[in-house]
Formats: sequence, C-alpha cells, structure tokens
Amino acid sequence: MKRKEPRPYVNPYVGGALLGVVLFLSFYITGNGLGASGAIAHVQAAILDLFAPGHVDRVATFAEMAGGTRNALDSPGVFMLLGTFLGGMISGIANRRFRPETRKGPGISTGTRWALALAGGAIMGYGARIARGCTSGQALSGGAVLSVGSFAFMFAVFAGGYALAWFVRRLWN
Amino acid sequence: MAPFHLETIAGTIGYDLIFLLIGMGFGAVLELSGFGDSRKLAAQFYLREMTVLKVMFTAIVVACVLVFLSSALGLLDFGRLWVNPTYLAPGIVGGLVMGVGFILGGFCPGTSLVAASTLKLDGIFFVLGVFAGVFLFGETVDAYQPFYHSTAMGRFTIPEWLGLPYGVVVLMLVLMALAMFWAAGVSEAFFGARKSWQEIRATPWKKGHLAGAGALVLLAGVTAAIGQPTLADRWGWIAADGQQQIALREIYVEPVEVVDLKKDLTLRVDVLDLRREEDFNRFHLAGARRVTREELRDPAFVKTLLAAGDNTIVFLASNGEEEATAAWKDLKAQGVVNLYVLAGGINGWLDLYPPPACIATRAAGDPSGDTMQWRFSAAVGDRIPSAHPDRATRDPLPACALEARREEAVHGAAGHDEETAPRTFVRKVRLQRKVVAKGGCG
Repeated sequence: MKRKEPRPYVNPYVGGALLGVVLFLSFYITGNGLGASGAIAHVQAAILDLFAPGHVDRVATFAEMAGGTRNALDSPGVFMLLGTFLGGMISGIANRRFRPETRKGPGISTGTRWALALAGGAIMGYGARIARGCTSGQALSGGAVLSVGSFAFMFAVFAGGYALAWFVRRLWN
Repeated sequence: MAPFHLETIAGTIGYDLIFLLIGMGFGAVLELSGFGDSRKLAAQFYLREMTVLKVMFTAIVVACVLVFLSSALGLLDFGRLWVNPTYLAPGIVGGLVMGVGFILGGFCPGTSLVAASTLKLDGIFFVLGVFAGVFLFGETVDAYQPFYHSTAMGRFTIPEWLGLPYGVVVLMLVLMALAMFWAAGVSEAFFGARKSWQEIRATPWKKGHLAGAGALVLLAGVTAAIGQPTLADRWGWIAADGQQQIALREIYVEPVEVVDLKKDLTLRVDVLDLRREEDFNRFHLAGARRVTREELRDPAFVKTLLAAGDNTIVFLASNGEEEATAAWKDLKAQGVVNLYVLAGGINGWLDLYPPPACIATRAAGDPSGDTMQWRFSAAVGDRIPSAHPDRATRDPLPACALEARREEAVHGAAGHDEETAPRTFVRKVRLQRKVVAKGGCG
C-alpha cells in the first residue's frame, strides 16, 4: 500500500499566531510562560537519582531538584514537557508526519547527522542551563513579557548561529 | 483576576493537568509550524527560509499584545506573571553557546522533543544530547558559580530600562517585528527563490498579511492608549479584601509582637518610617529606614521589597496609624506581601517603651491625627533604650537620665521596674510565601 504524503505545514504567521495564543493562555491561566529545558533538567536529575542518589545529594544543582526525598518529577514543568511530547505526536499522526526518518542536509550521511544531533543537543542543553532557559523558556516566554535578559539572550542565539553557519554550510546545503 | 491561584482552585492533579494541556497545545503548534524538521530550522541561518523568525516573533508579539492588553483592561495582573530574571552575562554566553548547538544539531530543546515525538531519529539523538548537556552542566557549574550568578538584575523589563510606558514599548515591538517580517520576505525571495530585486519590489502585498499587521498595530495602539493600571486601579482590584483587613485590624501589629519578631534571628524585620525627617531624627526605632510616600510608588524601590526573601516582614510606621495605613494600601496594591502597620504608631510605641523623662514627655495634645505626641528635648534618634527594647544589652542611658536615676537612688525613691510592658498580645503576623511560581525553563 502506498503511503500517503504528509500534509503541508501551516503558514508560519498562522503557526506563530497560534503559538502566541498558547503562550498567552499559559501566562493568563498559570502566570508562567512555556518551557522545555528546565523540565528536561528535572527528568535528568530524576534519572540520575535512581542510579546515584548519593551523588545527587552532593551536587548542588541536582540536589536542588532531586536531593534527599525530593521527587524531581514533581514539577508542573515536567507535565508541560509530557504535554509537549504528546501534542507533537498527535499533530504528527494527524498530519501523516509520524514516521521514523532522519532529516538532514543532502551532503552528509545519516550517521554524521545523528552524531551532530547528539553533539548539538549536548551543547544546546549545556548552554540552555547557563542561560537559565531555552529558546522557548527564555526567548519566547521572556520576550513576550519584555524581559531585557530574554531579548539579549535571543540576539545571542541568533548571533552564535549565524556566526558559525557559514563554516558548517556543508551540513545543511 | 488572572493569573489564577491554580493550586487552590484545581488541586494538585488539576494543576498538573492544566500544564499538560498547555504543553499539548505548545507541542502541537510547534509540530504544525514545521519545527519538527531540522532542515527547516537550520535554513533560518542561511536566509533561505525564515520560518523560525516568523513563527517566533509572531508568537512573541501576539502573546505580548494580548498580555499587556488584558493587563490594561484590568483582566490580568502583570505583577504576578513570571518574568525571566535578567542575568545579562550568563544569558548572552549561554545564548551564544546555544546558537552553536542550534546550527550543529538543528534543533532547540523544545523543538527536538516534538521531532522525537514524531519519530524523527535526529530529534531523538538531539534529545539524548540535551540530557547529556544538562547533566554536564550540573557537574561543572560549580567551577564558575560567580559567573553564573553575575550581572543579576532581577525582574527587569524593557519599558523599565527605557523609561517608557509598557503600551508604547509594545507598539514599538510590533512595528519592529513587522519590519523584520518584511525583511524576512525579501530575504526568502532573494536567497531562497533567487528572485531579482525588481521582481521582489513588484510583488504585491498579501491581503492576509496586511490584515494581520493592521490588527496587531491596532491592538497595540489600544494598549498604549489605555495605559497600564495605575496604583489606584490596582488598589481597586483588592480594595474589598484590603478594607476588610483594615477594619478587622488584621494588619495592625502590637509593638510587643514587633519586638518579639525582632528577636527571632531567622526573620528579617524591616521598619519603614513614614514620618517627617524632624520626627525621625528626634526618635526612631533601631534599624528603621525613613521613606516617603513618593518612594513607595517608585517601581525601583518597590522592586527591592518584592525581591526580599520569604522571611522578611515589613512594618510601616507613622506617628499614629493613618499615614502608615495609606502607605500599606500603596504597597499592598503593588503586590508586597508580609506587610503590616505598627499598631498605635510611634506614639503608641513610646507609650509602651517610654523614653527617659528628661529626654521626652508625653504632650497632652489631640490624640487623634498623625502627629508626634511626645515632645523631645533632644534629637536622640535610636540612641535611647526605647528604640531597641529587643536588645539584651542596651545602650547606656543618656547622662541626664543617669543623673535623674542617681538622685532617685539617693532620695530613696521606688526602684525602677524595667519590665513593665504587658507581655500578652494577639499574634497578627502570618508569614506568607510569595506566589511567584518558577518559570518552566532554567
């Protein structure tokens, strides 16, 4: 049986407006913006707590989330993270985009792409913790409520990306 | 008044469920916009396809306009929203690092999650990488804690920085975003579709774009025209509760309780003295700070009160209670918690902990009204025991008082009883934790 083609993505301005409404509702109902990296840190601390609880208690960053009897997963952000995953999956299934595949530039192998994704993810995760938030939690949420630091952060992300883009153009073109 | 105190309304499960639903909306919209595709995200950095910029900035301005419009209309209390605190240097360094990770890995943490949820293998690898990065951060941040906490500016918004009204900044942001969208369109046509400049210039405006832009400008203009709520508006929101607290005297704390709290080393007791400088110089409580009503309306000053730890209790003091109660309303309207008024004011305090007779005497004046009822012969500030009854070792009495006491002893007057103050009182202070939830990130 022939697979149906994925449906096209929505217009970016429509998608952006919808995202803006979700972000506004988040602020309106909970007083908080959206986010992902903080909750990932919580999940990471919870996993580490399973294997090395003593170590978690000794490292301040982890102890703050999962030290002693603290349950790192007991944080609303973790539920938002789970929701983000589910929401993405539902939309992916509904739009026929739920299928195993690797998206990459034409010039590199799948293995290279995976390795770079892993490395990029590690750098991103590390940077997100230095900046106290990721693109969603800092740039998007902080930007909407006009935080000075969030705008500075946003420009730094774009600056870092554009500065390196030319050197790694073979990865994507 | 939004945002709602969800945990009390919906319970823990309902609270988590709401976050789950918001997350689902977030994930679905990211997926719908194509953020599950790393190529689409990376294309941003080669100026061929500006989807990231368009989606992100549309979301920011739409949310921004809605937040500040509902704030202007009195539907939402902006003071209670989580605004990412500014740590300028770590924010910029972290941002640069993330930019590098973005172009190498092709995602940011939120979008990689959506990619992984639709079985994009590169997304799954990226998520694993993020876990590793987050772990490494926890292990290494201790090496540069001072930097990580440097350039902290707290809750600091662009309108505060520029000294402009919120509505005006919202309007400026909308106009800036529209200019960027126009530039993005040109960039896509030029670098993506390889059109010539003449072709790009000849392309007519799309009606949908014009309508959307018009709506945003209009709403931002309305936000700027209405303006953000004034202090009086803010007091209006909570006036019913506040007036009741005043009527029931819940906010008035007896001097004995204040002294008792000052002895508690786990608490920080701040006394803000609202009296005129002359009165303050004549006598004030040890550690008191003189403030004016104007200062209490200055956002920068209020910010220091809002940023104080959960164990801080702020007392407002005037000669009587009138002025301090008015100040209480001002600060309460601005969201300051653990805020109380000194019952009976400084007059009442001195009645309970009287100064030496040679320094001051109680005037038989009109007891009502917010004026000093004690006549001081010298400006002693906080250098007499009345200013710090909480201290174990007290300042020596002023020379004139020692003289008086010696004469008393010589003439066989009744011995002084230092502990005359009644020690029974109704405790009023209930420490309240600040209802500022932590942001989802960081």
